[in-house]
Amino acid sequence: MTAIRVSGVTKRYGSLTALDSVDLEVERGEFFGLLGPNGAGKTTLISIIAGLVRATSGTVAVMGHDVVDDYRVARLSLGVVPQELAFDPFFTVRETLVFQSGYFGLTNNRAWIDEVLANLGLSSRADSNMRALSGGMKRRVLVAQALVHKPPVIVLDEPTAGVDVELRQTLWAFVRRLNREGHTIVLTTHYLEEAQALCQRIAMLKSGSVIALDTTRALLSHIEGVQMIVRARGVLPPSVLVHRIDERDGAIVLRLAQPADVGRVLADCAAAGCEIEDLEVGRADLEDVFLQLMADRAESERIPVLANA
Amino acid sequence: MNTVDAGDRDRLVPAAAALSIASESGTGSALVSFRTLLAKEMLRFWKVGFQTIAAPVLTAVLYLLVFSHVLEAHVQALPGVSYTAFLIPGLVMMSVLQNAFANSSSSLIQSKIMGSLIFVLLPPFSRWQLFGAYVGASVVRGIVVGLGVLIFTVGFAPPAFAAPLWALAFGVLGAAMLGTLGLIAGIWADKFDQLAGFQNFIVMPATFLSGVFYSVNGLPEFWRTVSHLNPFFYMIDGFRYGFFAQSDVNPWISLGVLVCAFVVVAGIALNLLARGFKLRQ
Repeated sequence: MTAIRVSGVTKRYGSLTALDSVDLEVERGEFFGLLGPNGAGKTTLISIIAGLVRATSGTVAVMGHDVVDDYRVARLSLGVVPQELAFDPFFTVRETLVFQSGYFGLTNNRAWIDEVLANLGLSSRADSNMRALSGGMKRRVLVAQALVHKPPVIVLDEPTAGVDVELRQTLWAFVRRLNREGHTIVLTTHYLEEAQALCQRIAMLKSGSVIALDTTRALLSHIEGVQMIVRARGVLPPSVLVHRIDERDGAIVLRLAQPADVGRVLADCAAAGCEIEDLEVGRADLEDVFLQLMADRAESERIPVLANA
Repeated sequence: MNTVDAGDRDRLVPAAAALSIASESGTGSALVSFRTLLAKEMLRFWKVGFQTIAAPVLTAVLYLLVFSHVLEAHVQALPGVSYTAFLIPGLVMMSVLQNAFANSSSSLIQSKIMGSLIFVLLPPFSRWQLFGAYVGASVVRGIVVGLGVLIFTVGFAPPAFAAPLWALAFGVLGAAMLGTLGLIAGIWADKFDQLAGFQNFIVMPATFLSGVFYSVNGLPEFWRTVSHLNPFFYMIDGFRYGFFAQSDVNPWISLGVLVCAFVVVAGIALNLLARGFKLRQ
């Protein structure tokens, strides 16, 4: 069964197309990443899934229930951690969670509320007024509010934006546990290392379109081999420069097919009398895939833009 | 009624438990949703009761002190009724109406501006539940403030309560009418300024010019006709009938006008909620 099915979803705001015929399926039990630069349409897509925004065309179903026609069951199945830090200043943390629980039709939910509070490190602040909490604590409450009705599908929109390392670790430990217990998780984040570590499958959005959708492993395999960053005194020999893919702060970034090539590059540099000042070797990560995809897309988009000009 | 207790969780995988909740979304949980939103809306004004209850009661008492002192000897609005006695139900109803409007409108605009409206938009509320909870809490606040005004003013001129059921009917229906208008204003307004405009240029003049401080029968013909076009006049007049069994207009006519006006504004509010006007883009 599909946890979230997005079919041909387009959203236009006047002449701006925020989402352009997006198709996407998230399977039950998956840990799914939704990545893209600012303005790519991630939050618009999440808002449509949550019923906060209505699609111009196309349909979305959560656990098989259409978010417009069958919104009751669709929304009961979904927990959303919004990006904006919102709170109700009148109430304490516990009151906030008891109300949120009741909105979803649940009573006698105290045991689960206590468990969520404990897992998010909020137990000692349960009776504090929301106004008295720090930004990080308020964000924890946002996460707790999304989980209070134990939704099978949990969407986290940039949950770790601007929060400290401790909360990030607490949050990910808890979300991983929920995923192991069968909850489907959809995550958007700016921290690509988080997505790489957590997500089984990733969709990359750019300018309202899905430009990549694959398993994290398959996306990483697009960039094979080893990445080597070399800072050298003197000119690198042509046999080394053929591997050059980028230049960062005066250092040359090389992509090599296999680890054995590292020795060859060093030998060629030594033979050419080029002295190596600094060296870094690593595997390609999601950030490289992301940057390459965004750059590829920019290249192909540049042509019609110039033609129109 | 759907509940998740510790025992259930031990037996079920959480996601499966949640699914069973989702699929059993019967009337029980819908009632809990409604009750919770109503309770939250009531607790919201109760927690700032100094501002939402005590302040309007004080304002009304000051009106009574000033106007009754100045006009008691000069004005008799209804036969056999002193001006102070006449003024009390008017002030009570004016407070009921203004506070019912203030409750739903300020709750909505605050949660819009704070961004916390999202917590009401994410759960599966129907338009009827949203309407019932916001208007219901407005009625409660209106009645609580109205009772407060009554308690602090009865000493000046003990009321007759000649037809208390009429007073109750007009009090509740009038509060529901203004709570609904507040709901519409709160949905429509994007900032406090717009809401203040609605309140100061529509609600305030309409309540002041509805016969709170005078009987419209004492007005020149033109202004009497104008007053009869103001739905607020029928609310005040009908409410006052509950105290003295006398009124400018037959209370059944007033009730008919009020019910019709309520049906129209409720229809507009429910339509806005169903369309997600300014709530869901």
